[in-house]
Amino acid sequence: MEEYLKTASAGKRGDKIRSDCYVEIKLRKTGKNKLDIKSKVSVMYGNDIRRSAEDTIEFFELKHADILIEDYGALPSALTARIETAVKRLFPKLQKEYLPEFNKNNTDATTKDRLRRSRLYLPGNEPKFYPNAGLHKPDGIILDLEDSVAPSEKDAAQFLVRNSLRAVNFYGAERMVRINQLPKGIEDLKFIVPHNIHVILIPKCESASQVLDVEKEVLRLKKEFTIKNEIYFMPIIESAIGVIKAFEIASASIYNCALAIGLEDYTADIGTQRTDEGKESFFARTFLVNAAKAAGIQAIDTVYSDVSNMEGLRDSVIEAKRLGFEGKGCIHPRQIKVIHEAFLPTSDEIDRAKKIVLAFNEAKTKGIGVVSLGSKMIDAPVVKRAKKIIDIAISHKVLSADWIENQ
Amino acid sequence: MKLVKNAASRLVPVEVNGEKQIPYKGFGIYKPKGRMAAPPIRSCADYPADGNKVVKSLKDALKKAGLKDGMTISTHHHLRNGDVLTNYLFDIIKEMGIKNIRWFPSASFPCHQHLIKYLEDGTIHHIEGSMNGPLGRFTSEGKMKGIGVLRSHGGRYQSIQDGEVHIDIAVIASPTADPFGNATGDRGKSACGLLGFALGDSEYADNVIVVTDNLVPFPCYPWQIQGNNVDSVVQIDSLGDPAKIVSGTTEVTKSPDRLLIAEYVAQFFEDSGIMKEGFSFQAGAGGTNLAFAVYLKEKMKARGIKARFIRGGSTKYLVEMLEEGLTDYILDGQTFDLEGVRSMRENLGHVNTSPFTSYNYHSKGNFASIVDAVVLGATEVDLNFNANVVTHSDGYLLHGIGGWQNCLFSKCTILAIPSFRDRIPVIVDEVTTLVGPGELIDVVITERGTAINPRRKDLIKALKGSSLPIKSIREIYEEVIELCGGAPAKPKVNKDNVVAVIKWVDGTLLDSVFQVI
Repeated sequence: MEEYLKTASAGKRGDKIRSDCYVEIKLRKTGKNKLDIKSKVSVMYGNDIRRSAEDTIEFFELKHADILIEDYGALPSALTARIETAVKRLFPKLQKEYLPEFNKNNTDATTKDRLRRSRLYLPGNEPKFYPNAGLHKPDGIILDLEDSVAPSEKDAAQFLVRNSLRAVNFYGAERMVRINQLPKGIEDLKFIVPHNIHVILIPKCESASQVLDVEKEVLRLKKEFTIKNEIYFMPIIESAIGVIKAFEIASASIYNCALAIGLEDYTADIGTQRTDEGKESFFARTFLVNAAKAAGIQAIDTVYSDVSNMEGLRDSVIEAKRLGFEGKGCIHPRQIKVIHEAFLPTSDEIDRAKKIVLAFNEAKTKGIGVVSLGSKMIDAPVVKRAKKIIDIAISHKVLSADWIENQ
Repeated sequence: MKLVKNAASRLVPVEVNGEKQIPYKGFGIYKPKGRMAAPPIRSCADYPADGNKVVKSLKDALKKAGLKDGMTISTHHHLRNGDVLTNYLFDIIKEMGIKNIRWFPSASFPCHQHLIKYLEDGTIHHIEGSMNGPLGRFTSEGKMKGIGVLRSHGGRYQSIQDGEVHIDIAVIASPTADPFGNATGDRGKSACGLLGFALGDSEYADNVIVVTDNLVPFPCYPWQIQGNNVDSVVQIDSLGDPAKIVSGTTEVTKSPDRLLIAEYVAQFFEDSGIMKEGFSFQAGAGGTNLAFAVYLKEKMKARGIKARFIRGGSTKYLVEMLEEGLTDYILDGQTFDLEGVRSMRENLGHVNTSPFTSYNYHSKGNFASIVDAVVLGATEVDLNFNANVVTHSDGYLLHGIGGWQNCLFSKCTILAIPSFRDRIPVIVDEVTTLVGPGELIDVVITERGTAINPRRKDLIKALKGSSLPIKSIREIYEEVIELCGGAPAKPKVNKDNVVAVIKWVDGTLLDSVFQVI
């Protein structure tokens, strides 16, 4: 038996594993690297896997190593993330990063006020969910570094999420990451800020200073890596103290785009349980909506956790909309369509929006600076909101795209 | 081995297992002439007047049938992965010291890996039917003595009728039978639903043995197999494992991506105008297809539309549609769950069909081409819409053809498939094995987009303005290749060793499967 100086492994193995791989590296005192690859797709991609493994190993200047890769159809960016995880478990001080190319479809920037009706949570250490998530058309996709990742896999998730932000096609969904609860979450930022992120979710947020800590590190990283795109924050309120400080948190940073509530932890914190009726969280939710609106940002509701109950989800979204929420979290792609439909503007809302847009157009053609509807003056944000309602109505086919011509 | 290029530009052998072959000539061109094969003349004077054909054991029945080396023995896949009888049958054949059997199953299942030892020791010479799972692997590695022949369900009937396959002995697993040989699959502890796949065998084989674990007094009525075609009846303890014969319940897929595909298929039915009063469709029992049926049902209910008939693979979802009045008929080809079996017994609108009525090339027309739209799967589809259902991209034979080729004759053939599985592209530049010519495949629906065959200008026009993500097949291909990190390498095969051939529905050779190295 050969003696090894050090060994480390990363990834997953077993018959049920899909779109992932297992990497094991054993360091000897001397000798050449030995690379052993077993892959479910060896006929189709065996050479490719070998090339990418060799390239990664050379990049990290790994020597005297026995490297085993058991591959279950991992996509390239997941494969190299797993290798990097194993390498850095051997050499934690190694600074170099093996980065995949940016996906050319993900060049879009985001805006502070874009639609955030649905945001789909994906566990940060499960690559099989990523390539198709955007096809379900959520407004946002959250790669989660927090609760869905086992404590022992936090490092693995950082590399995987970093690579996925760069390489995975999000199909136009806003790219979000939920970092860990602070202070640990600060360490996550260097894995996401330089890699094409739109929104950072700050969990269990309880004070303005936490938002400012994130802001400070984000601005530092943006400068270091010359990142030009705006990066926004969505603090999540999940405790009694967080609710009380909601306005302070919401107005802490100009980069806050929304304030979200997480009810599982909140109800535990106030010593009760979540019910369908939701009386226990009514105060927190309405208070949070008020805080967000007072700070001029969006209010986003918690997730609906019964994935098989679509009626319950629909009711819950309609209720959230009535309370003033503009978005809902989801944990299963099948929830997205239901959420979008439930957030659809009502026919009254559409009628009013049409009137506002027509009044605005008329004022523009006449060269009048002030838009008015009847005796009421219409502010610019109201016009913007009306246009958004029209866009949503058209995209859901409740309003024809050429409605203006048919007036 | 001499190979020639057929009309689909695929290399096929001129001779298979010592018999001359006709290469594929194109779709609807080859029409054999002459007279149909016919069974020998029988006289009822040779059979017991009291109608009791019960023989003590399967071995006795085989002896009585004159079993000898080199014969063709047929079995059927009604018992699916719960089949114990076929394995038991070959245990006896082995014990009798018989060699070089041509096994002619309507399909094989993973449970039949028991037979690998008989393929190795020469009891079975080769398989003509399907080579699934472990049998496919065995065949692909070049270990079978003869060349495997894969046929569709309709092609199987065709090959019996035009004399390409002469069945010496047919062994028909029958969940209920009487001593005269009338038999059915809709009752008994091993109830499997329909026995339609055994119909041709019962009519054309030289000798027909019905094996049952539920012998009832004459008459077994209603019957699916007629006793007048049966030579002997054998009673055994158990035909198989009921839990694996039919699933208690078939379930729709839980995969969000498959559900998305199913939803797109249902939307395609609506947006294309296929879903209209009195329409018809066929969908299999895979999880995606079941989900499609559920979504389509919602749309039919919402619009108040009723189908005239549904061809299936019956399942509880189709039975619900029948019982809720959303279709007049289920034309059942095989029965996948207990609800299907129950409905077959109870509902007049649940009709038993067979490959003769639905798929056969030598019938005077068949049902498959009357169906408005069919939803199928595939292991690969290429840029010319050619499709594969028998091998995977690694070159291994893993599935049979089933009724898949025959269903391509529907007015609109839809393949509902993921664009890739793990890191394996399903949309490829060229299929590993050609099983369905692209001219018969109209629409490919994936989670990444819906591609309409450019030949179907009518469908392209009908789908203008649809919110479905319509793309060209090449666009989907390029997206998948980028995702998977480049085009997949092709399997290394030994082009000198054909291990199996793919028959087209008319009996010509469509493609070859080569030994994997």
